[in-house]
Amino acid sequence: MVAMSKIATGNGHGENSPYFDGWKAYETNPFHPTERPEGVIQMGLAENQLCFNLIKNWLIKHPEASLCTPQGVNKFKETALFQDYHGMPEFRQAVAKFMGKVRGDRVKFDPDRIVMSGGATGAHEMVAFCLADPGEAFLVPTPYYPGFDRDLKWRTGVELVPVNCESYNNFKITRNALEAAYVKAQEANLRVKGLLITNPSNPLGTILDRDTLKSMVRFINDKNIHLIGDEIYAATVFMEPEFLSISEIIEEEDVECNRDLIHIVYSLSKDMGFPGFRVGIVYSYNDSVVSCARKMSSFGLVSSQTQHLIASMLSDDEFVDNFLTESKVLLFKRHKYFTWSLSQVGIGCLKGNSGLFIWMDLRKLLKEKTFAAEMELWRVIINEVKLNVSPGCSFHCEEPGWFRVCFANMDDHTMKVALLRIRTFVLKNNEAMVPLKLCRPSSLKLSLSRSLSRRMDDFMSPGIMSPHSPLPQSPLVRART
Amino acid sequence: MVSMSKIATGNGHGENSPYFDGWKAYETNPFHPIDRPDGVIQMGLAENQLCFEFIKKWLMEHPEASLCTAEGVNRFKETALFQDYHGMPKFRQAIAKFMGKVRGDRVKFDPDRIVMSGGATGAHEMVAFCLADPGEALLVPTPYYPGFDRDLRWRTGVELVPVICESSHNFQITRTAMEAAYGKAQEANLKVKGLLITNPSNPLGTIMDRETLKSIVQFINEKNIHLIGDEIYAATVFKDPEFVSISEVIQEVECNHDLIHIVYSLSKDMGFPGFRVGIVYSYNDAVVNCARKMSSYGLVSSQTQHLIATMLNDDDFVHNFIMESKEQLFKRHKYFTWSLSQVGIGSLKSNGGLFIWMDLRKLLKEKTFDAEMDLWRVIINEVKLNVSPGSSFHCHEPGWFRVCFANMEDNTMEVALSRIRNFILKNNESIVPRKLCRRSSLKLSLSRSLSRRMDDFMSPAGIMSPHSPLPQSPLVRART
Repeated sequence: MVAMSKIATGNGHGENSPYFDGWKAYETNPFHPTERPEGVIQMGLAENQLCFNLIKNWLIKHPEASLCTPQGVNKFKETALFQDYHGMPEFRQAVAKFMGKVRGDRVKFDPDRIVMSGGATGAHEMVAFCLADPGEAFLVPTPYYPGFDRDLKWRTGVELVPVNCESYNNFKITRNALEAAYVKAQEANLRVKGLLITNPSNPLGTILDRDTLKSMVRFINDKNIHLIGDEIYAATVFMEPEFLSISEIIEEEDVECNRDLIHIVYSLSKDMGFPGFRVGIVYSYNDSVVSCARKMSSFGLVSSQTQHLIASMLSDDEFVDNFLTESKVLLFKRHKYFTWSLSQVGIGCLKGNSGLFIWMDLRKLLKEKTFAAEMELWRVIINEVKLNVSPGCSFHCEEPGWFRVCFANMDDHTMKVALLRIRTFVLKNNEAMVPLKLCRPSSLKLSLSRSLSRRMDDFMSPGIMSPHSPLPQSPLVRART
Repeated sequence: MVSMSKIATGNGHGENSPYFDGWKAYETNPFHPIDRPDGVIQMGLAENQLCFEFIKKWLMEHPEASLCTAEGVNRFKETALFQDYHGMPKFRQAIAKFMGKVRGDRVKFDPDRIVMSGGATGAHEMVAFCLADPGEALLVPTPYYPGFDRDLRWRTGVELVPVICESSHNFQITRTAMEAAYGKAQEANLKVKGLLITNPSNPLGTIMDRETLKSIVQFINEKNIHLIGDEIYAATVFKDPEFVSISEVIQEVECNHDLIHIVYSLSKDMGFPGFRVGIVYSYNDAVVNCARKMSSYGLVSSQTQHLIATMLNDDDFVHNFIMESKEQLFKRHKYFTWSLSQVGIGSLKSNGGLFIWMDLRKLLKEKTFDAEMDLWRVIINEVKLNVSPGSSFHCHEPGWFRVCFANMEDNTMEVALSRIRNFILKNNESIVPRKLCRRSSLKLSLSRSLSRRMDDFMSPAGIMSPHSPLPQSPLVRART
């Protein structure tokens, strides 16, 4: 028997959760429009697939962005040899500029504070290594991205303490919740080193308002702990209200903040749809953290070939402006159609304006208000409805019945198939359907199938609002007349 | 005052060593043939710059290797979205095939054991995280690559215990040295989890012979500890004897394969350090599994996976590249060592790597590391060459320097050699010991010998680079 490390033999990789079982159903029988039309549709992966044509057009017009074209090959050697952990200046400048544009140029980012990492995955681990010792803790508002359990804890030995957010106030992060979590950590003898927020939120698809952000900044300054803002979904805000970044809040006049406590994690995986390219970024206002992170970045630098491509692409102001606009429009339309269609069968979700997913409310479909019932419902959704969605418990949600459903990782046809399956499932399980108060347009006697066959064109005007949840009229409760 | 981690505020990043000061001289005044002809020449970076023309030609002939060409753009989307930590199958197949070819197809590598990492830097850290707990130790033969101190220890908390290798044995790793190191670790209450060897060696440029490798395999099996073989320089073996890999030896001897792991990369063999193609290859299923999960922190960019897969799946290209590379390295190494010998400077006899292990022991004022640093400062500030002092490699004996020769053009190398020659001449009257020149025309003046054209070195038959140390070298009493 050969000995490995405790880290290797333990469960810190996080893959033993029941959550992963659902993926197996997908992997053994993945949907394909022609080859496997009965397969499981993947709605558990937060990918942004909507803008690739725009990108491909740009690539064909810009052969110099590649090291392998006649126009670019003369840079091949110097690029292949470039391993400086400072990163290519043009890469850092392009990323800084992009980050500024995503925030409406309301703030400017300093290219010299841009540090590379192995995707956002590597960025989070790197920040944890810089800020906390083994056994120390970060506070993280729930519900949160499951990957944090691995990224922040596995090899670092850092602990995570949840800040409980509740549905009654739309999962807002309150000062009380922050204080309560801080105290809980202290009671468990855990020294809190920082607070990690994800804004826009995964899985909620919402953004933090100004007051909440200010309250958080005050909190971390009061406690003298770090604030890590994961803004990986910043460019996916497709509708009002406008995104407000940590970087903006700390500039506001009435906000007092020690900048040495402020750090942003970013990536191109969601905003651009490039998860394969592993472009992770740590941006810190703290010089020592920049310095340390830069040295650590050796463990996960961005491929210089990719730095070159990204630098070319994001330095093109026109492309960036068009991309950001186009991306928002497509996300808006997709989101609107999706949420409206769900509402037509009485399924509501948290009102969101960002992200690549919705936070669907299926609390009324639970046999009982437990996580066991949530898992049962989930298994039904996977095995009968044949959709891989993500149960709220995997995001450490305090309340059962919520599911994250991704909508930007598929083409229009696949989305229609998914919606059809949902409709069919709901119909099969309920006779009394389509509560009259649900439909906003005046033609209230639309049959269910006709409402769902509305063309997506109908959604071009921002007129129709997706209903919020929960809906008192939804299927499984006594219908009101 | 805001609080950071101990890891962040400590010195584990290793950049506070005096070694880094020398780099500043280079960075403030780097050599450029036209813009800065008096600048410091970089001979401290083990890069392989000799084969880029070859590679560029292939790129022009294979537009499908890029995601941005008309021929390749239809794969852009699926590639940009591909983040599976298993890695692209064609990438793993191409790497496995390449690794086999580099070993003369004497072994076959299984693509399913190939795990990605953030360069060899990330690979080493990942292996340490998989095999050892904080406070446990790995044995490492000296002299070794300075980056190991950071890669294996900084964030992992793992310790390194040196296995002392001496010039008297040509720095070979002996059983006695390994046992001594193991004993020392135990005395320090450190649990030894593994032995890390670099073969071909950095900084020595030598390869391990079969007997040594077998002895190492025996040792680790007896102690039931892991063996990590860093074979990052495998394809840089430019002359006999042929490279013998761990992967070959374990097929010849009794060995628990669960103890065997190889670290690899394309940074040295292909000259692609910027592309961050790190590889961990383990014969242990649990390690492969764990490493694969950890690879999320440092996956190879899918754009780069696609390029490398296309390139290395081209058998003709690979075959020709390996041959071309060896030939270029051979010629460069030969000319360089011969030129040095002409001024009485010897080096360890080597047949691999991108550097030589230069013997300047006779130039030391005294046999101390202080004297080595003094000499080093002279080399940087007066001779204006950035070479790497042996102490930075934890060499046990002062006076050795690693000098890289594959990271520059022919012109630059001539300039470097000319500077060395001038320095030696300036410091010593009687030079060019007769016994040094092998060829019959012994009365060649120094300048004429050094102006021999590099063409003279095309035939591998004739001239041998002298070994070191040379009793006749400058600063000792000349023998007649």
